[in-house]
Amino acid sequence: MFSVFRDLLRYNIEFAIGCVFVGVIVIFAGLSFFSPFDPTQVYTVIPDRPPDSQHWFGTNSRGQDMFWQLTFAFRNTLGFGLTVAILSRIISIVVGLAAGYLGGWVDRVLMFFNDIFVAIPIFPILILFYFVMRSNLNSFTLALIMACFGWPFDARLIRAVTLGLRHREFTRQAVFAGMSPLKIMFEEHLPYVMPIIFATALANMIWSIGLEVTLAVLGFTNINIPTVGTTLYWANNHSAMVVGVWWWILIPVIIVIILFIGLFLLAVSLNEYIDPRSRLRRMGA
Amino acid sequence: MKTYLLFALKRFIQLVAVVFAGCSVAFVVSHLSPISPVEMVIGRVSGQSSYSPEAIESLRATLTELFGLNVPLHEQYFNFLRRLVVVDFGPALIAFPRPAMQLVMLALPWTLGLLSVAVIFTWVLGNIVGGLAGYYQNSRFLKAFGIVAIGAQPIPYYIVAFLMVIIFGFLWPVLPISDGFSMNVRPGWTFEFIASVLHHSILPAASLTIVGIGTWFLGMRALVSNIVTEDYVTYAELAGVKQDRVVFSYVIRNAVVPQLTALAMALGGIFSGTIITEQVFGYPGLGSLLVRAVNGGDSALVLAVSCISVIAVASAIFIIDLAHPLIDPRVKAE
Amino acid sequence: MADILTVDRLKAYYLMNYYGIRREVRAVDDITMTVKQNEVYGIAGESSSGKTSFIKVLAAAIRPPMRIVAGSVIFHFGDRNVDVTSASPEEIESIRWKHLSYIMQGSMSVLNPVRRIENIFEDFAARPLGLSGRAFKDRVITHLAKLKLGPEVLRAYAHELSGGMRQRVTIGLATICNPEFIIADEPTTALDVVVQKDVLSLIRDLQKEMGSSVVFVTHDMSVHANMADRVGIIYAGRLIEEAPTRQLFVAPKHPYTAHLVASLPRIGDTTQRPALEGRPPNLAAPPPGCRFHPRCPLAIDICKKEVPPLEEVVPGHRSACWRWRDVEPLAGSIAVARVAESVA
Repeated sequence: MFSVFRDLLRYNIEFAIGCVFVGVIVIFAGLSFFSPFDPTQVYTVIPDRPPDSQHWFGTNSRGQDMFWQLTFAFRNTLGFGLTVAILSRIISIVVGLAAGYLGGWVDRVLMFFNDIFVAIPIFPILILFYFVMRSNLNSFTLALIMACFGWPFDARLIRAVTLGLRHREFTRQAVFAGMSPLKIMFEEHLPYVMPIIFATALANMIWSIGLEVTLAVLGFTNINIPTVGTTLYWANNHSAMVVGVWWWILIPVIIVIILFIGLFLLAVSLNEYIDPRSRLRRMGA
Repeated sequence: MKTYLLFALKRFIQLVAVVFAGCSVAFVVSHLSPISPVEMVIGRVSGQSSYSPEAIESLRATLTELFGLNVPLHEQYFNFLRRLVVVDFGPALIAFPRPAMQLVMLALPWTLGLLSVAVIFTWVLGNIVGGLAGYYQNSRFLKAFGIVAIGAQPIPYYIVAFLMVIIFGFLWPVLPISDGFSMNVRPGWTFEFIASVLHHSILPAASLTIVGIGTWFLGMRALVSNIVTEDYVTYAELAGVKQDRVVFSYVIRNAVVPQLTALAMALGGIFSGTIITEQVFGYPGLGSLLVRAVNGGDSALVLAVSCISVIAVASAIFIIDLAHPLIDPRVKAE
Repeated sequence: MADILTVDRLKAYYLMNYYGIRREVRAVDDITMTVKQNEVYGIAGESSSGKTSFIKVLAAAIRPPMRIVAGSVIFHFGDRNVDVTSASPEEIESIRWKHLSYIMQGSMSVLNPVRRIENIFEDFAARPLGLSGRAFKDRVITHLAKLKLGPEVLRAYAHELSGGMRQRVTIGLATICNPEFIIADEPTTALDVVVQKDVLSLIRDLQKEMGSSVVFVTHDMSVHANMADRVGIIYAGRLIEEAPTRQLFVAPKHPYTAHLVASLPRIGDTTQRPALEGRPPNLAAPPPGCRFHPRCPLAIDICKKEVPPLEEVVPGHRSACWRWRDVEPLAGSIAVARVAESVA
């Protein structure tokens, strides 16, 4: 697997750029562990200073150093995205494998739920959750809720693959040998499904981070936790653009766009690598 | 024909089931609140001016009855369903005593309009350009378009809308960044009004298009690249069938089918994106209404918007499902 | 009879560059042959011998990463000579389907699943025939009747027809313009024997009626015995033997052919047939000298070093083998049986 990674890095420029982008931001987020400032404190430095040698990203109207603030913001945001991705992978794997392999009424019931979740537009429901839970809505709860909405599409994908696998020889042999369905699902079929998991996990991260940013900017999450979205919320709250504190908005926006593009490039290049037909097309010199 | 009608009936039943389930979810969530909506209203009202305890008590009693909270939960659920069928959500708090449904119906056309525009520009246009890009792999223009699409695609709706507000609001104010129409124009079927509506919809629509077109473009391009290697396409090219016939009737026509399915799956997300974008631009659709409702503590209105959203998206998916057998003759209408 | 196709020293390779690894697969490596008018020429060979790549070049249907590296493929249609390897796209357009058509392998998926049969016919044949509307439709119906397909087929979609019907529609598509040259790529593979017989007799009748030349590719030697006037054997991208059908079966002049011919079973014959060892070579790194030498029971020193040229060893019969004189038909093959019969 390491050689795959190395090959991709060397020959697939999208993968390389994606790795660089995401890597830089991960390192940036990691710097938060060395921060001299506590992110929840305000007015620790002189407010509204443009970027200079002392404050690389300037300071905001709340008297916080933007550079260190953003390291926390990105750490929390990335952590959030990862949490949602992992949780929703678990749900979609279980649902997809079960529906594809067991079929029959299990499949029908699961797909019925799938259709329901597909039809419900997530944004109003998230707002509904915020409405009833207010400041009780911490990151993990939000992640859980988003995971409950992020599985339908990928579950269908996994189900399609599993349906194909079900009729293959090795599955029949396993059944004949007396393997329990659970064992078959997780030991025989899961390896086929793993590549899809990776590629969709990245897409899922993009989606969940995007949604979190959106909710936070509107003020619909716990605004005291520093994330990319809440940073923008506070910036709006203090009318940063109007006042002229452009670095408060522009710098996080630019960095988050880099993060998105990086994740996206990784997802796209992984997808292309996994699909044998597109790999073949790359071969034509 | 009969099988098709049977199929339509089955799908309709599914639609009803989905709407029922979705609205129930919304109902359940809205009743999760540890704070009763009555207390929320009272809290706000008494914060603005002082009232005598008797006044507060009678207010509480009236509100409780109004919100139907004086009955046990399962009966509330029953009432909710009963009223859902006639789409009655009760009065909206922020515009008391106008029914919440009325506010929703005022906002709905704006959202639907923007949504239709979004779908047409992103799905239709994205698929056409993506199809051409997948077929004519050497066109530089299409390749450039592809790179731009990749760049814009992962960025969430809010950020793009936000950037557009910054660019067109502060840096280059040539297009209106808020409202559905100019303030000095009276609503009505006049040319002036319609022109103003179109003028104000340019930026929100553009914002939606920039984000959305990438997905369909890339998906279609990948799909077409695979279809082009299919036997029937190779055969048609071998036989000298005219190229535009091959591109449209053999390649794109076959690629549209899975894209249609994908559209049905993505509609929920596109709808969410639309109402988010509306909110940024102050567009008078469901998005702005929703935010106002939340900020005003109006649970009835929030519930109303949620349910209507579920109905709208589920209905759109239903229509697409109906179109499926018509487009793909292999699909058995069952 | 005049020649209708001249292939001269044709080389077509797959050139690939994949994650830093260059590969050159020599699918067609120096083939020279001709096809006459009104002749059925069979091409036989194993899977991945390069025969499909070869006919793809003939049909002007190759795509990168496959490229023509050397040689020419010239069709002689009446007073026109068209070199497919170097002609302009417009020229190739003008001969497609009207003079040169193709029956593809796997009738399952060659018809556009979302288009009705009549529209597919229109796409393919209206322009070359220069007909439209009612006249065109009548022509299609008449032609389909020859293939024993009724006019109700026209309104159907591909998935609504049976496999045999689809194959007949495909044959109909390829023959409706009365082309002078038809390429048939494994048209009977994946069909059961009854349908095979139907399809083969259809093709044969149409060929006689139209006087076209047919290049027939299949690995099934019995089909060649039935249909072909001459047969060419391709092995590892090279033409290694070519002869009139009867002569090829009765007196093969290449050890590979001898084994191929002997593989046909005959009722009542229980002789054990010798199988060839080994497998076909990797076309990206073929063995030096004669490509068959690692498996050849008659191989000698020179076979390992020098490529035997394809020469006419008996009038009308070409072979690429240093030891063609020593090739005997194998036990159990038709030739031996015939000889035995004539002796007995």
